[in-house]
Amino acid sequence: MDAPASYFHWGVILISIPNLLLIIGMVILFLVAAVARVGSHDNEDL
Amino acid sequence: MTSTTAPEDAYAGSWTGAVRGFLARSLPLEHLLPVRQPYYIGSWVYMFGAITIAALVWVFLSGAVLAFFGPQWWHVSGIGHFLNSVHFWSVQMFFVFMVLHLWGQYFAAGWRDGRAPTWMIGVVIFLVSIVTAFTGYLSQQNFDAQWIAVNAKDAINATGAGAFFDVLNFGQMYGLHIMLFPVLVITLVAVHVVQVRMRGIVKPIERRAE
Repeated sequence: MDAPASYFHWGVILISIPNLLLIIGMVILFLVAAVARVGSHDNEDL
Repeated sequence: MTSTTAPEDAYAGSWTGAVRGFLARSLPLEHLLPVRQPYYIGSWVYMFGAITIAALVWVFLSGAVLAFFGPQWWHVSGIGHFLNSVHFWSVQMFFVFMVLHLWGQYFAAGWRDGRAPTWMIGVVIFLVSIVTAFTGYLSQQNFDAQWIAVNAKDAINATGAGAFFDVLNFGQMYGLHIMLFPVLVITLVAVHVVQVRMRGIVKPIERRAE
């Protein structure tokens, strides 16, 4: 944990691997949340 | 004895009556504490805001304990390390889910139908939260905090804010972090939630007719 992070460097893009993984995880979580339903559909009349 | 005048008529001409009438009209209890929600709430995207508030509760509780016992405790004791980590990671969760909430509201155009003030208060919460977290990094009382302060001072000075926002002044940064900014964030979040309750959750964007 105390060692410096590795970096992804592509052109003007420079980002640490942990930050890149976090952003990828957030995008995946967002897409899953946008597709998945929660609970029952009892209130569709509202 | 029963009154024959409506409550709003009874307080006509007084500012308290006007405020009472405004609150009664704009924030009835059935809006403030609804028991049923529209069908489109059945999406996890609508959970992100609630999860952000849950993280904020943990941030506040762990921060209150840390403020009470101080850095001589959170740097040397096992439970202090634990509470320090809870504070740190709940802040990470707060920001992760606040950004996901922002994405969700952006793609849902959450500012529609008179909800622009709700969106704008949300933006202000985001910006104030960043400054709050920044002062937190400066309040750690370790080499990391010193490194951040020394490297940030030039950037802060370049903005002109260095005259009244001195990142090398631990007392100022700590005071702002545990008093002014938490009160600001929590108050703004409360206003944000009340704004959401006043107008309800924004409806999904309807598909265009084929």
